[in-house]
Amino acid sequence: MSAEGQPANGPLLAVGQLTKLFGTFAACNGINLDIRPGEIHALLGENGAGKSTLVKMLFGVLAPTSGEIVWQGQPVRITSPSAARKLGIGMVFQHFSLFEALTVAENIALSMDPGVSLSRIAKEASDLSRAYGLPLDPDAHVADLSVGERQRIEIVRALLQNPKLIILDEPTSVLTPQEADRLFETLNKLKAEGRSVLYISHRLEEVQRICDRATVLRHGKVTGACDPRQETPASLARMMVGSDVAHVTAEGTNAKGAVKLEARNLSAAARTPFAVSLKDICLKVHAGEVLAIAGVAGNGQGELFDALSGEYPADLDDAIRISDKPVGTRGINARRLMGAGFVPEERHGHAAVSALSLSDNLVLARHKSDRRAFLGGGFLGLIRQDAVKMAAKRISEAMDVRKSGENPPAGSLSGGNLQKFIVGRELDRQPTVLVVNQPTWGVDAGAASRIRQALVDLAKSGSAVLVISQDLDEIFEVATEIAVISDGRLSDIYPASDLTREKIGMLMGGMHGKAETAEMAHAH
Amino acid sequence: MGIVEAILLTVITAATPLVLAAIGELVTERSGVLNLGVEGMMVMGAACAFIATQATGSPYVGILAGIAAAALFSLLFGFLTLTLVANQVATGLALTILGLGISSMIAEPYLGQSGIKLPQIVFPVLSDIPFLGPVLFKQDLIFYLSIALVAGVNWFLFKSRAGLKLRSVGDSHSSAHALGINVIRTRYLAVMFGGACAGLAGAQLSLVYTPQWVENMSAGRGWIALALVVFASWRPWRIVAGGYLFGAVSISQLYAQAYGVGIPSQFLSALPYLATIVVLILISHNRRMTLINTPAALGKPFVPDR
Repeated sequence: MSAEGQPANGPLLAVGQLTKLFGTFAACNGINLDIRPGEIHALLGENGAGKSTLVKMLFGVLAPTSGEIVWQGQPVRITSPSAARKLGIGMVFQHFSLFEALTVAENIALSMDPGVSLSRIAKEASDLSRAYGLPLDPDAHVADLSVGERQRIEIVRALLQNPKLIILDEPTSVLTPQEADRLFETLNKLKAEGRSVLYISHRLEEVQRICDRATVLRHGKVTGACDPRQETPASLARMMVGSDVAHVTAEGTNAKGAVKLEARNLSAAARTPFAVSLKDICLKVHAGEVLAIAGVAGNGQGELFDALSGEYPADLDDAIRISDKPVGTRGINARRLMGAGFVPEERHGHAAVSALSLSDNLVLARHKSDRRAFLGGGFLGLIRQDAVKMAAKRISEAMDVRKSGENPPAGSLSGGNLQKFIVGRELDRQPTVLVVNQPTWGVDAGAASRIRQALVDLAKSGSAVLVISQDLDEIFEVATEIAVISDGRLSDIYPASDLTREKIGMLMGGMHGKAETAEMAHAH
Repeated sequence: MGIVEAILLTVITAATPLVLAAIGELVTERSGVLNLGVEGMMVMGAACAFIATQATGSPYVGILAGIAAAALFSLLFGFLTLTLVANQVATGLALTILGLGISSMIAEPYLGQSGIKLPQIVFPVLSDIPFLGPVLFKQDLIFYLSIALVAGVNWFLFKSRAGLKLRSVGDSHSSAHALGINVIRTRYLAVMFGGACAGLAGAQLSLVYTPQWVENMSAGRGWIALALVVFASWRPWRIVAGGYLFGAVSISQLYAQAYGVGIPSQFLSALPYLATIVVLILISHNRRMTLINTPAALGKPFVPDR
């Protein structure tokens, strides 16, 4: 390798065989990537594909296990974020680390050279933000700003260091469409100045719109490098989710029973500026079916779960029906009493209280539906500790929950074991309807297969199961029917055997109408 | 000297210890530490200032002794809550009880002795201004210090980089830690500054207000100072306004009794706390005010490696 500086038009950054091991698990496995000066380079991949790990190594947050990073022709070791900044790498994180009580200028000053006066920082920040079309008032308090404006602070903070490469981690996931458009203009300006941008996303249409090249990751490996403008959404999706089409046929034919869970034109306004509104969702889940709802994160999954579970009841009673009875305006306990069970996405703080024991968590979820078994003393509602502990033990055994001690606090269990307990808590009641959001999010493979098996078994026994998931492997493993949610709209429901990953990938990108045209283009 | 001037002078004397103790506690709380031991630190300052003055004959040595004693005493609080991560509320309460006990014990031989009053510092020309002159420019050192400290703290917090770091620590200690700011050291310094100010306030009590030693002579002023910090919504100059308001209220009790006005004195002495509750209700209604002025990490312990 020549040390004579950088070749005339060599890459700004080249990564060779970069690997990061966590124990024996390879989060990044032999990654090759190069970024040229003045390009917007997309890093595509599903959640857990290794994008964040790769970027953290580039920004000096994580140390690579092996492999090399070459910056402007020179091999470098990036040991800390400040080392990365010195080289000329800036980063805008997905979750901001801003001080709400401080002003914009003060927030920027805290990460700058202490020699520079606050008024100069304020002036530079405001000039810079105007030049890049990201207007910011340096004297505004962060507490008063929208999420988009907060992101601008982070971008301006990175730009003040005059970086050659700016890394943006899922920048549009928190933005409104208008704010996103503005961001894209800024990125094009940066590109015109000869700066490079590494743009991490899983939104295909954005990547096609603004990126010059893309590197696609899957399971920690590069599965493709391409010009996204030359690709179809289908081919990008194939690289993202893998080309091997798993043919999972429902073993035996589940007898299709009566409709147990139904949504009729379910609509819900967005509760916060960054939530998604639900638009006219219609779905039917029959007894014996597992309906899986696929979709990229933040397309209305959480909102759909909230409406179905009754955490935020719908406006119309008839919008949701359980066992053919309208329940749309009723709360979660009323729905539980009708035989429904619910498992929300977040384990800690939503599905379970970390500091309370497993048996206490059991009572919290089922105090109404199992009042007779768990509570005694008439209106006093005294907890029958023996009965509850027996039930907790039964659940733990049925789901193979590994824990320290007889009845430990929920927080002491590993994610997989707690999730098994939470799912088991609902299964233990033999619910006629079960709604689960991201059943195996962040759960180890063993626990995940156990949970999936339990969901399949429940449907076999004649219950209606609805699974919301981002994991296509999981969806093909458990589903008998599949639908895709995108921007708060639900696609048609297809039998699982009729769908391929490719087709789901396209539905995920929100290209309902364009699916046919894309396929036709592909056939040429 | 007219009656208005006389009243103003007593109000200033009553308000100065409140302003001093509150400005120190404000800095402590801005760093995210709630020290409820102000009363204890204050009475320690009063006792040690009196003892040192009697021993050396110099009230200036007394002031230094009061400051040093209370700062050291606050170091105990810092060690317990910052290094050993003990509960701040419980530790602060214990500090108050301990301070009242220790001060009574060590100053017991000085009970009933007449002390030395801190001399006035007279500004030659300014003090001749009619009305304002005697009120503002014929005062003791501690009064001048109290105003200078408020101005200094205001400048430090909102203009200096070190003050910005201190506020960032009080807003989100984990973000501040991630930026490489030494959270624990910042808080130790803030706690000790709070202690030193409470000590100075105590010295004012035993050297200016009533130059003698009386057991528990802080008489609840530490608690009023704590209320004052909230009343001022953590802004330094509002401490002065609130301090003089509370001082005037406590003086008005005496005048009300002397002139036989039919307001129960208990009601007047409860007024500062009532005013604080009203302010608390007002700011908790305004989310923006709360977010911007209240140190978000107040009272939350910080453990670096989680």
